[in-house]
Parts: sequence; C-alpha cells; structure tokens
Amino acid sequence: MEVTRREFTKIGCKVIIGAAAGSAVIESVIIRGTGAENSPADEYDWNEHYWGYIVDTRICIGCGRCANACKRENDVPFDEPVYRTWVERYRTKLDGEVVIDSPNGSIDGFPDDIPPEEVKKAFYVPKICNHCDNPPCVQVCPVGATFETKDGVVLVDYKYCIGCRYCIQGCPYGARYFNTKKGTADKCTWCYHRITKGLLPACVQACPTGARKFGDLNDPDSIVNKILDTERINVLKPDLGTKPKVYYVGLDREVR
Amino acid sequence: MESLIWGYVYPNEVEIQWSILIVLYPYITGLVAGAFIASSLYHVFGKKEVKPVARFALLTALSFLLVATMPLLTHLGHPERGIEIMFTPHVTSAMSGFGYIYSFYLIVVVLEIWLSFREDIVKKAHNSKGWQELMYSALALFSYDISEKALHEDEKLAKKLAIIGIPSAAFLHGYVGFIFGGIKANPWWSTPLMPLIFLMSAIVSGIALLILLYIASMKIRKHAIDHKCLHSLAHYLWVFLIFDVTLEMLEIISMKYESLEEIDIINRLLSDKIATTFYGVQLTMGILIPFMLLLLVGIIKNRETLKMIMISISSVFVLIGVFAMRWNVVIGGQEISKSLSGTLTYVPVFFNQEGVLPAIIILIIPFIILRVVTYILPPWKDMEEEAAR
Ligand code: SF4
Ligand code: SF4
Repeated sequence: MEVTRREFTKIGCKVIIGAAAGSAVIESVIIRGTGAENSPADEYDWNEHYWGYIVDTRICIGCGRCANACKRENDVPFDEPVYRTWVERYRTKLDGEVVIDSPNGSIDGFPDDIPPEEVKKAFYVPKICNHCDNPPCVQVCPVGATFETKDGVVLVDYKYCIGCRYCIQGCPYGARYFNTKKGTADKCTWCYHRITKGLLPACVQACPTGARKFGDLNDPDSIVNKILDTERINVLKPDLGTKPKVYYVGLDREVR
Repeated sequence: MESLIWGYVYPNEVEIQWSILIVLYPYITGLVAGAFIASSLYHVFGKKEVKPVARFALLTALSFLLVATMPLLTHLGHPERGIEIMFTPHVTSAMSGFGYIYSFYLIVVVLEIWLSFREDIVKKAHNSKGWQELMYSALALFSYDISEKALHEDEKLAKKLAIIGIPSAAFLHGYVGFIFGGIKANPWWSTPLMPLIFLMSAIVSGIALLILLYIASMKIRKHAIDHKCLHSLAHYLWVFLIFDVTLEMLEIISMKYESLEEIDIINRLLSDKIATTFYGVQLTMGILIPFMLLLLVGIIKNRETLKMIMISISSVFVLIGVFAMRWNVVIGGQEISKSLSGTLTYVPVFFNQEGVLPAIIILIIPFIILRVVTYILPPWKDMEEEAAR
C-alpha cells in the first residue's frame, strides 16, 4: 500500500513524456522501470479518469462484509479501533429516540440489542472517506503529505507524513485514523492499487446487494453517472462545503 | 474504554489524537507571548513603572520559547520529519507557518535581549578572566563600544525591535488560536474569535507568570519588592482579564443564542464533560476571583503585604485558569464527536510518550533554563535599583 506521491508524480511525468515522444516503444521501456508493487498499472493514465462512489442506503443490509474485506485488502489492523470504511445503523424507537451504532465498525455484523417490536424505523448507512473535492484534510496538512490525485482520490504519502494528526482533526467525517505501525495518518484509498488496474475497490466488490458502486465520473455511461442522472442524491454534511464524491441515495435526515 | 463513550461517536474517534502535550503547546507559547508583551510595556510604551521587570520578562520569554517546540516534536509520529515543515511548508495549512513564525520570533527575542544586556555584557567581559571573559566577549560579539552614544543607538534599535516584536508575539499566539479556530469540522473550535481569545488569555497568563517570578526572585534574593511595579503589573493583569472574559463569554453566548445544529452537543460538553474545568476553573477560579481580588488591591490603601498576597493568589489562579482554558479547548473539542451525537472521555496516562510525565518535565525545563540565563545575564540590576529607590 506504499504508494507515494513522488512515485505518482514520477509515473505521471513519465507517462506524459512518453506520450509526447509519441513512441510506444520508449514509453513502455521507461514505464516498466518503475513497476512498484502497488503503483498504477502500466497503461493507466490518471488524466483520463475522475472517480466517484455511490452508496444506496436503501439496499444496504448491514452485513459488514465491506468493512471486513477492506481490513483484509488493506492490511488495516483487526485488533485496533481503526477503520477505512464502516457501516452505521440508525434505529428510531417507538418513543422517537434515535439510536445510532456501529459496533466494531460493523465487521461482525449487528447484534439485536433492542427488541424489533420497539423499533419503528431502521436502516443502515455505509461510510467511507468521501474523497472530497474540497478536502479540509488536504488543506490543513502542514507538509502537503496528504494530497489529491489527478483522478480525484485523496491519499496520504506515508513516506512524507510527519504524524501531526492535524488532518484527522480536520476531517469532518471521522474517515481518518492514526496508523501506529507507520506512525502516520491513514485512510481509505478507494483501493488505488486496484482501481488503477481496472478492478473495483474491495468494499464494492464484497457488497452482496450492490449498495456500494464505484465508477468514472468522466464516463457518461458509468454506473455512477447513470445513478447520479436518475436518482435524488445527497452528500454528507453538504453545508461544510467539502464537496464529497461519495453520493448517497436515500439519505435520511438523521444521518450524521 | 466503551464505558467512557456516550451516544454515537464515529468508530475512528475512539482514540483521542491530541493529548495533554498539545494542551501544553498553546499554554507555553501563550506564556511567551504574554511575557514579551509585558516587557514591551516598558520597551515600547515607556511605562517606567514596569522597568524593573522588563529585562527579566525578556529572559522569561526566551526560556519558555526554547521549549515551545518540545511538546510538538514529542507528539509527532515522525519527529525526524518535523523539519519538513520548514522545507516544504504547505501554505494552506495553519500549522505550516509555525516553523517560520517561531524562528523569526526567536531571533527578535534574542536580539532584543542582546541589546538590552549589551552594556552589562561588555562590562562583564572587561571585569572577568579566563573562560568567563571569553564567554562574555563572545556574547558581546567582540564589540565593546558602550559610549553614551552607542548605548543610545542600542536603545533606539531595541525599541524598533520591540515594535516588530509585539505583532510577531501576537501573531505567534493568535495563529495558534487559528490552528483550532480554522477547523470547520469541530464546532467547539471553529470560531473566528479563537485567535483573539488565545491572545488575551496568553497576555494574562504571561503577566501572571511574571508577577510570580518577580516576587519569588526578590524573596530568594532577600530584596525589597518594588510595589509600584507590582501594582502596575497587577493593574494590567486586571485590564486584560476584562478583555479575556468578554471574548470568552461572547463566544459562548453567541453559540447558545444562535443555537445551530451543534448546540445540543455543545450544551452537553459544557454541562457534563467540562463543566468543572470550564465554569469552575477557567471562569470562576481563573477570571472571576482574580478579577475581584485585583479590584480590591486597587481600592485598599497601604497594607502592602496583604496586597502582595492577594496579587500572588490572583496570579496563581490566573495561571491555573488559563491552563484550564487550553485544556477545555484542546481536550474539550475532542471529547465531542464530529457526529454531533456522542461524547468521549480523555483519560490521561502518566508514563507514556504523550503522558503526564513528559508534560511535567517539559513544564519544568523552562525554569531551569531561566535559572541558567539569569545566571549568565543577571537582570537584577534594574530590579533591585528601582526597588531600592
Ligand atoms: S472525507 Fe475526510 S479524509 Fe476523506 S477527503 Fe473528505 S475530509 Fe479528507
Ligand atoms: S498527520 Fe500526516 S497527513 Fe495528516 S496533516 Fe499531519 S503530516 Fe499531513
């Protein structure tokens, strides 16, 4: 998962230089030289994509497979309270009280701690880094270790982060955590190592109901654009002006 | 850990990120800014009454300034990369200015000290032998001109420097306030008043510290206290307390009056999580009681010992109150969840990289530094001469 900013820039530059030279041979030779394990695939051009994410809260069943798959895929410690994605449960009781929970980030599913007959309304809301278009976490980082890629993904440069945790304070969604092993901030990457190889993020892949969808906002035919064009959409905390790129279908007013 | 959580907090919030060390950081820079501003009362505004402590205040500012980076570095996940903040500052970050503002201010304070002690240094260089002579000559930068004219030039330069120093002291600390005030994710922090609140509390804490150190130094040296100076400092303390409390109340009142979405969680914070440290320590002990005591000091005639005791108590209370204020901001802000639906509790640990022990050590170091610098550059001449008069 060690994808550094410099590697991106290097690869980006080389791709551009290669393309400009107009020689497929030179291009492939140069790019082959930089094949780090998790860096983008050879033919990937980050100028061509702009990623977006859809959460359909109406069909999430709270099974927590996404949260589980994420921890496995991205080596997020299972024994620490840190999550790149999680699922929240909202239950309105008969007396109107709203109970919100997300035990262990939903990884083990949800216990029936309130008898169903006492609940009048319930739903699940998957959460993940919003890869904001105006990300406060990037704004506050004193050394620029957290940054937005050209294809719209907010990442942390683990080789550069000083571990001040200002970004964790700055994210309004609780999407960031401190990685004690790395001594740096950490967060969802939308599985950058996967999406640049044409795969889906692990959470999207793992969801059995299709409540999570991922696609290219630049492609008018992508699943994300199809939903954005037809459904009523909201984002989390729109008043903060962060411009999230995780779009919610069926978002309830109680959702925080 | 679970029992310390009320309501719903985002799963990643269970760990409190900024610990007691980050409480210490604004506390220490505040003392620096306050002590410096107290010294400029004489250096810039020509308030003769505070002359006895003017040079001592500069040394105090320096001693605390030298440790100001410690809590930050101790807290970083990668202290060895901390210097990147100087090499590759990311300008949209409020924190990125720290390295530059800090360094600039350090230079100003050191120069200011050099100028106001130059005469003493030169004399010492002349009157001492061996390594001491070498040290003082080096401190004098081997320029020994202490003619009337040269000293006058020094004084003019010192004044100019102090004039630059005030805005930079204000900036150094106001900007610390902005580190919190600029975080829109946190309703308890996000207010444009934050830099001003920080600045005012910095000034009161700096003056209070100076008062205590002055009284203590005179007692240790068995020297009479200059009551005029003391009362003058007490007077400024009182005035700045008014600004301080006005701003602090303004923030709370407007939050409560406007009653935005976050008001429920703020009310919970104030009435439950930080009720004692906020209403009890920060407001009552830190502002109300000192305010009354200092008011009495202004009214009572004679009875110098009693007044001195009242001033001392006020200063101790102010110092504790300002610490509580930093605590309530830094820790309080993290005890509410950004989900606005739950709260957490910070439980300080003692032995830990970010625990209470390193905090205590960091807080003791400046006093040791102060002892050393006052040994090298004794500020007593002013203090004792004026007192003797
Ligand atoms: S959700 Fe948080 S971590 Fe993700 S981009 Fe937005 S502010 Fe940054
Ligand atoms: S913890 Fe790292 S990524 Fe976050 S603000 Fe600090 S330096 Fe930047």
